[in-house]
Amino acid sequence: MEQAEARKTLVTRAPYGRRPEGQTAELREMGKVRMQARSLSVHYGTAVGVRDVTLPIYNQQITALIGPSGCGKTTFLRALNRMHDQTRGARVTGQALLDGEDIYAPKIDPVIIRRRVGMVFQKPTPFPTMSIYDNVVAGLKLVGIRNTALLDEVVERALHQAALWDEVKDRLRNPGGSLSGGQQQRLSIARALAVEPEVLLMDEPTSSLDPQSTMRIEELMAELKTQVTIVIVTHNMQQASRISDHTAFFYVGDLVEFNPTRKMFTNPDEDRTEDYITGRFG
Amino acid sequence: MNLKRRHWRDRLMLGVLSAATLLVLIPLFIVIAYVVVQGIGALNGDFFTKELGSPARAQMGQETGLVHTILGTMVVDLLALLLAVPLGIGAGIMLSEYPDHRLNPLLRLLNDTLNGMPAILKGLLAFALIVKPMGTFSGFAGAVALAFVMLPIIARTTESALMIIPWSIREAGLALGLPRWRVVLSTIIPTARVGLITGILIAFARAAGEAAPLLFTSFGNNYLPSHWSGWLLGPVDTLPQRLYSLAISPYKQWHEMGWAAGIILLSMVIVAFVIGRLAWSGGRVAKR
Ligand SMILES: Nc1ncnc2c1ncn2[C@@H]1O[C@H](COP(=O)(O)OP(=O)(O)OP(=O)(O)O)[C@@H](O)[C@H]1O
Ligand SMILES: [Mg+2]
Repeated sequence: MEQAEARKTLVTRAPYGRRPEGQTAELREMGKVRMQARSLSVHYGTAVGVRDVTLPIYNQQITALIGPSGCGKTTFLRALNRMHDQTRGARVTGQALLDGEDIYAPKIDPVIIRRRVGMVFQKPTPFPTMSIYDNVVAGLKLVGIRNTALLDEVVERALHQAALWDEVKDRLRNPGGSLSGGQQQRLSIARALAVEPEVLLMDEPTSSLDPQSTMRIEELMAELKTQVTIVIVTHNMQQASRISDHTAFFYVGDLVEFNPTRKMFTNPDEDRTEDYITGRFG
Repeated sequence: MNLKRRHWRDRLMLGVLSAATLLVLIPLFIVIAYVVVQGIGALNGDFFTKELGSPARAQMGQETGLVHTILGTMVVDLLALLLAVPLGIGAGIMLSEYPDHRLNPLLRLLNDTLNGMPAILKGLLAFALIVKPMGTFSGFAGAVALAFVMLPIIARTTESALMIIPWSIREAGLALGLPRWRVVLSTIIPTARVGLITGILIAFARAAGEAAPLLFTSFGNNYLPSHWSGWLLGPVDTLPQRLYSLAISPYKQWHEMGWAAGIILLSMVIVAFVIGRLAWSGGRVAKR
């Protein structure tokens, strides 16, 4: 444990924003690195989304991405499951490794990557005309799973996990668009969980939720940690410090600091991090 | 007092708008009423069960009707829909969902050309493509001509119905690990269902009223075909084309039958729109 901690600090103490290529090798030796961004940059036309980010995502842990609005958190997150493929004008350079394999390698099918690396978006995105039930199992049904007993089970489990079951159990056949904003967000979470991704990317999943549901979702993440690797974007510093194991601080497209959360929130390496966390800017 | 004035202005605006609506509706009702009054006398049992035959039949008071026309219209229109709906929706999907595909500029050009082409030229096109090689006028050729009328309408309405669906819905599907085509088929199309149906109905209403493209494709026929294959492979009667030839005929009895054909044509289009409206409100309820 202590050793692992020491190794992490060794890795993470280096200035993460712009690491020369050669130094990234040591990150892979971590053993528990599930995903790994290597000199990852995203450009929108000529504008920079994120610049040269090198960052490990540890297996079965929660990594929080924090930083002021517009600093590139969403941009970075989307690069981890190739969502930028679908954005006109967006260009990704560098590498993003999943289990040591670059997901941007030419032979890789982005559809498979997205099945393994799920995503919950900043805004709720239920399929509006599909029923609540069909929304949850959309990912399963559309790949050909038809066993209704199994689907029923998945729906109940996923909705329970997303803290939505009690509110919708009597109207599973109603359209997903008929739910409130916060309910829609939890439906989106349930839908992402139903396909059982290995890595789950969550972009401010609780920003539209009340404290009660937020707590339930945080509990869920703590539970899920044993099976899923989670990356969460949050503007809520308490949330980041409560639930995450590692925290990455982004600032105008740069990764400023990456450290174990405890260190980040008690004794950050960078002044800018401290200023942001303590609310002096951003 | 300010509030009162606003209230008053609101009422005035509503009044003006209602009057404008009425003004648009009045001519429509006059047309419908006139057609009905003129044609209702010819709508008897024979009209729906007997074929037309020679003009002598009508003049001598023998049994005559337009059953072959009504059936022919259904065959030709449905076949046209069968041809145009998959192609039109497919083209609309291509245009909206794969805007960067390298065949798309060509597709758009074709669609715009077809859209701007006068209906009679579409008939000529079908004549060249089907009637010439087959060596005979046919219901099939008529259906192809009408499909040319429907195709660009369906493609365009499909494209715009898909375009208004937020991009985030597609991303949500992709993030579940669905291939792009799956996302389109299983999430985008159902969401746009109402728009697609509306487009199909508009296309149907447009094509159902066209006589020009049918004149030298399905051509017309005073009799029921002697064999079922005659509906597709031989000349077939259709309402707009029959209406036209009845109207220009010198027989007073046929003029009345022409008005009656107009009633049937009108009801067909109205029924199509009522169905469309129902589908539309169904979609709205589902969204709520
Ligand atoms: N599709 C796009 N096209 C062009 N520029 C974009 C696009 N998406 C994001 N950007 C730009 O990239 C930068 C980073 O945006 P991003 O959405 O990643 O920020 P964020 O950290 O998620 O912010 P927030 O906390 O407000 O969600 C911003 O300057 C933004 O304007
Ligand atoms: Mg964001």
